[in-house]
Amino acid sequence: MEDYKVTLRTIDEAIKKLKKIYLTPEIQEEIVRLEGVSNSLEKQIGYQLEAWDKIQLARSIDRPRSRYYIEKICDEFIELHGDRHFGDDQAIIGGIGRIGETVVTIIAQSRGMSAKENIQMNFGMSHPEGYRKALRLMKQAEKFNRPIICLIDTPGAYCGIEAEERGQGQAIATNLFEMSQLKVPIISGVIGEGGSGGALALGIADRFFMQENAVYSIVSPEGFASILWKDINRVKEAASRMKLTAQDLLSYEIIDDIILEPIGGAQQNPEAAADTIKQYLLAQLEELRQVGCEELLKSRYERFRKFGRTETAQEG
Amino acid sequence: MRLKKILKKQYAVTKKEEKKKETPEGIYIKCSKCKKSIYKPDLKKTLGICPHCQYYYPLSSRARLRLIVDKNSFQEMDATFNHSNPLEFDGYEEKLVSYQEKTGQNEAVITGTATIEGQKVIIAIMDSRFMMGSMGQVVGEKITKAIERATAEKLPLIIFTASGGARMQEGIFSLMQMAKTSAALAKHNASGLLYISVLTDPTTGGVTASFATLGDIILAEPGALVGFAGPRVIEQTIKQKLPDGFQRAEFLLEKGQIDAIVKRSDLRQTLSQLLRFHAKEEK
Repeated sequence: MEDYKVTLRTIDEAIKKLKKIYLTPEIQEEIVRLEGVSNSLEKQIGYQLEAWDKIQLARSIDRPRSRYYIEKICDEFIELHGDRHFGDDQAIIGGIGRIGETVVTIIAQSRGMSAKENIQMNFGMSHPEGYRKALRLMKQAEKFNRPIICLIDTPGAYCGIEAEERGQGQAIATNLFEMSQLKVPIISGVIGEGGSGGALALGIADRFFMQENAVYSIVSPEGFASILWKDINRVKEAASRMKLTAQDLLSYEIIDDIILEPIGGAQQNPEAAADTIKQYLLAQLEELRQVGCEELLKSRYERFRKFGRTETAQEG
Repeated sequence: MRLKKILKKQYAVTKKEEKKKETPEGIYIKCSKCKKSIYKPDLKKTLGICPHCQYYYPLSSRARLRLIVDKNSFQEMDATFNHSNPLEFDGYEEKLVSYQEKTGQNEAVITGTATIEGQKVIIAIMDSRFMMGSMGQVVGEKITKAIERATAEKLPLIIFTASGGARMQEGIFSLMQMAKTSAALAKHNASGLLYISVLTDPTTGGVTASFATLGDIILAEPGALVGFAGPRVIEQTIKQKLPDGFQRAEFLLEKGQIDAIVKRSDLRQTLSQLLRFHAKEEK
């Protein structure tokens, strides 16, 4: 991995140097050849990114986040606020949008693309009122029979005094419980970090995707290393042992699809990244439109039921 | 390299967890809360409660069962289960075996049918002595099967929770159990059936964020620690000390998160009463 990166850097520098020289046809030819090598190396690196590299990408401040995607994906969008009980959690964006011909409810965990935004959005870590806002809008979607799209991007639900006082656990549990019975199609996906119950709370869906460099796990690798090994320095090892990449989770059938990102990550070409997500959503919405409600709920139940299933009932 | 591996495995089965908060051994023991000495047979009489400071020691699943259900009424479901190690986590199988030997239980929960003052229920009782009552695929599966059976047989369901949360060694597969148990409860609920959850010390993490807090009626034992995040994690996050009594049952009651706190000695009675209030007429 490191070797590839060094080679790639050397080639890129060579190209730059060559471009400064008076361009003869031979040199131009050599530039084209080197660019070809450079591109294919970039692709290989993309493919071989290790879990820890993906975590870095998923957390990167340059990575496009929900608000950007909503703007790019929706032809129209109106944001709706508040849980009707306590407040409006900025860590979750909710609203109604139109994608092509389809009107959908969108729930999206929201991280900032600057330090200031991140503070305002609490780094995407929701309080209970965020999950309750999400559920309120999902129930509304059910009433008006529109599909729901959830974009997941959170290190986890917020750990704090107020969050506990207002029932963080209960808010998440209620979403799992209610989403499993919602009578409209739900498409969820991780676009950055999918941390623990805080991510799952928007993840009970009929289609579940991950962007190529997104991660989804029971706890952060830092938490994993400190809980199981009491050693935060083993975080990279934790990242690879946890099987949290989209590729790992696809092989476990935790997710249905991987949405490819531009080479080097979504931040390299946010518009292309957004367009790929949009095309995916349009296709899935069309597919889910054909599925009856009963079938939808049955397979939604089965999606989670299958993990750990045994048939060996031993009574008495 | 080989030596290192052996050492690592020994490290993984450290005694620290085992020591935590169990009913201590010996004839006289020192209360882990008030430090006063307790004559051990007394502790049995008080149902595992310190006679000086009223501290509630966690009960094993079997002791809890004796306390709650009618004698000889319990019929266990899924007593044996094959474990899997989905992430191939080093030392996990050995750890499971050591807890099985120590507790005489297959996993961190027992499930089955029983009667309480003659009223039939499906009951699941978690046991914090088994890997902190953490929920992996087997715990999730046993609980889900219990819920599904309650739905199929139109029976009320009672779950006693005691858990540190998700079982880290099973990674994302543990997370899926939260969704699985909650979805099973949603079906039970849709059938108009009663679910009572009883929160015991401690109930945190993935269990709090799934079936523990989904009861039609949520009861808790006095002093039980119940929360999504554990107090240590919160202190590290907010970098300040937590107020006394934070996340205890009394705090949760005050904040409107639970229905009632019930003393251990009254639990059987209270559960029986609630079952009676929800009894359905035989058609």
